[in-house]
Amino acid sequence: MTDTDIQFDKSGTLRHFLTVEGLPRDILISILDSAETFLGLGQREIKKVPLLQGKTVVNLFFEPSTRTRTTFEIAAKRLSADVITLETSRMSTTKGETILDTLNTLEAMHTDMFVIRDSFSGAAHLISTHVPAHVSIINAGDGRHAHPTQAMLDAFTIRRHKGDFSNLRVAIIGDILHSRVARSQIHALNILGVPEIRVIAPQTLLPNQIKRLGVHPYYDIEKGLDGVDVIIVLRLQLERMEGQLIPSDREYFRFYGLTPERLSGARPDALIMHPGPINRGLEIASSVADGEQSVILEQVTNGIAVRMAIMATLMGRQSPSPREAD
Amino acid sequence: MGLVINNGRVIDPSSELDKRCNLYIDELSGRFVGVGRKPTGFKASQTIDADGLVVCPGLVDLRAHLGLPHTTNKAGFENETLAAVAGGVTTLCLPPDTHPVIDNAAMALMVQEHAQALGRCRIHPLGALTVNLDGEQITEFATLAQAGCVGLSNAHRTIKNTLVLRRAFQYAHTFGLTVFINPQDPWLRGNGVMHEGETSTRLGLPAIPDAAETVDVARILSLIETTGARVHFSQLSSARSVDMISDARLDGLPVTADVAIHHLHLIDQDINLLNTHCHVLPPLRDQRDREGLRKGLSQGTLGAICSDHQPVGSDAKLTPFASSAPGISSLEHLLPLVLKLVEEGVIDLHTALSRLTIEPAQMLGIEDGRISTGTLADLCLFDMDAEWTLDPSGMVSGGQNTPFSGWPLRGRVTRTVISGESVFQL
Repeated sequence: MTDTDIQFDKSGTLRHFLTVEGLPRDILISILDSAETFLGLGQREIKKVPLLQGKTVVNLFFEPSTRTRTTFEIAAKRLSADVITLETSRMSTTKGETILDTLNTLEAMHTDMFVIRDSFSGAAHLISTHVPAHVSIINAGDGRHAHPTQAMLDAFTIRRHKGDFSNLRVAIIGDILHSRVARSQIHALNILGVPEIRVIAPQTLLPNQIKRLGVHPYYDIEKGLDGVDVIIVLRLQLERMEGQLIPSDREYFRFYGLTPERLSGARPDALIMHPGPINRGLEIASSVADGEQSVILEQVTNGIAVRMAIMATLMGRQSPSPREAD
Repeated sequence: MGLVINNGRVIDPSSELDKRCNLYIDELSGRFVGVGRKPTGFKASQTIDADGLVVCPGLVDLRAHLGLPHTTNKAGFENETLAAVAGGVTTLCLPPDTHPVIDNAAMALMVQEHAQALGRCRIHPLGALTVNLDGEQITEFATLAQAGCVGLSNAHRTIKNTLVLRRAFQYAHTFGLTVFINPQDPWLRGNGVMHEGETSTRLGLPAIPDAAETVDVARILSLIETTGARVHFSQLSSARSVDMISDARLDGLPVTADVAIHHLHLIDQDINLLNTHCHVLPPLRDQRDREGLRKGLSQGTLGAICSDHQPVGSDAKLTPFASSAPGISSLEHLLPLVLKLVEEGVIDLHTALSRLTIEPAQMLGIEDGRISTGTLADLCLFDMDAEWTLDPSGMVSGGQNTPFSGWPLRGRVTRTVISGESVFQL
């Protein structure tokens, strides 16, 4: 069984959302299309649809998070699910309970869906192989491996602004080595047909053999940004830095920070994206983060619609019927 | 009182013997008294029919952990020595990273007494190179050797201070003792759990570059040049380190090396996020490394194949990859997995058996691993053609952790004899 096969049930329907890698293009497109229908919902006075009515969703965050956790919670509530959010730094685990014990306990409470974040790569995969057939798992970030819902909301944001993916140059700047966001984005953008994906970082922040994932590495940010349509700036995850990956924050910003001058090398209509939270003056200048080309806050809003679409897809309903959406 | 083993195909790599003949064993001394020729006055009180079977010296394993995970309690020994003899292994070398560490004569004697009390396979401990494996103070090498240690090792705890390592080499050389090294630069290893390459990048797992091994091999080779110490490199994983050691041997340095059986079969691409059974240390490397190890094995740079047996409880494997315990329970499958290399044309049968018997025995400086008049009657009898499928639930070992589950295997141990006594029978 491969890592991607386990996402489907026996009839070949998507059951878990653990990684984008290996998913067929039409599934990604249908999630994006479905998210479009949910997007208008946030503007309305009554923001709820009854798609997940009577279902129980548990957000299980073994690693701290604000926006991912909150947007998942809002997404589930707008789908009318009953939601419980547990953010624990492996509290139970330190008491000798394994991650599976914790899950089994919650499973005994008849949960329909778990949204899981963990600091170890593969945690959501492991859990997905130990839950009963009716339970779905969404990976909200596992170690350095994957953050597939983030990649989908980024793709959604790009499509809303650029129309389609077939003529785009996308640059991802920053700590690719530790970034599950970058890995998932690379897979998603490749599957969706982006012809050129660049990664920009010093060698210490680029994983070995990164080219094999279908990207072009650049050490020089000016060259890397030349003529790009989309710039994704990653958070410099200071908490994950080990060893001597960069000499200082100051030098990093001087050579890899996204400044207005560097931005001028990209296409004039280039989008600026960032998965958040932002380190202002470290990986991105405030004037760029808050500038006209920035869609950073829109990404958060879109995150709710995309997560609703993914939850609805897994729970067996593609999108709200026209009547429900209106 | 005598035991005769009839009509087996007797293969003894040490004497290049390969013929159908009878073996005559004196049960009192537990030694061979005749190979192919019945000694005068020999009276058989017991006969074992080995028709259709290969009869070779009992296997000698250079590294096997016997605890769950690192204990020296009898329960661990009980299961794991059973697993050893079920795999045809009659002699094994125990690394010093037990709890407590084998860094004093009392511990060295205790593990041997445990083994003797169980009366199954022979256990030869390696003594710790430094007290508590901390890499600071060298242990009483000569005393440990007197207490039965066949060599010294710091297991996977690399001695970071090169001066301590140099002195350890000098002191070991003084007493003619072999130092066993698991080469690994601790900083390059970091918190890595798999080989650095495309797969680690894809899976987002912390990686260990190939240089973690080669850098340490280079450091150690330099120290051997100036101290003359005899060094054995344990469980190599990288093709480049095999080349470096091959060159050193050509230059006349007193170095030998071995490889763990799983590195000859598996590579990093066999790893997925759920397959924690492929989590081993040193890590499985890439296709090119596997080819290099196989070449080193056939050319003799790698003179022994070991099990690197490490039984692990199922909870320690049922967890995300990076938090799982490394190790494979492999004693029971060592021989068929080596025979698979023969089937794949990597080495011939005689070389394969040599790498499992006489050569590792010589590296340990012990008399085991051969069939000749006067030596210990330790034997492994196996059916070359028996085909079976590995099912972990049928394992004897306390750990059912194996990545080879479901593999079709050919060749099966049917009986294991130690000092003329059958300790295992299928």
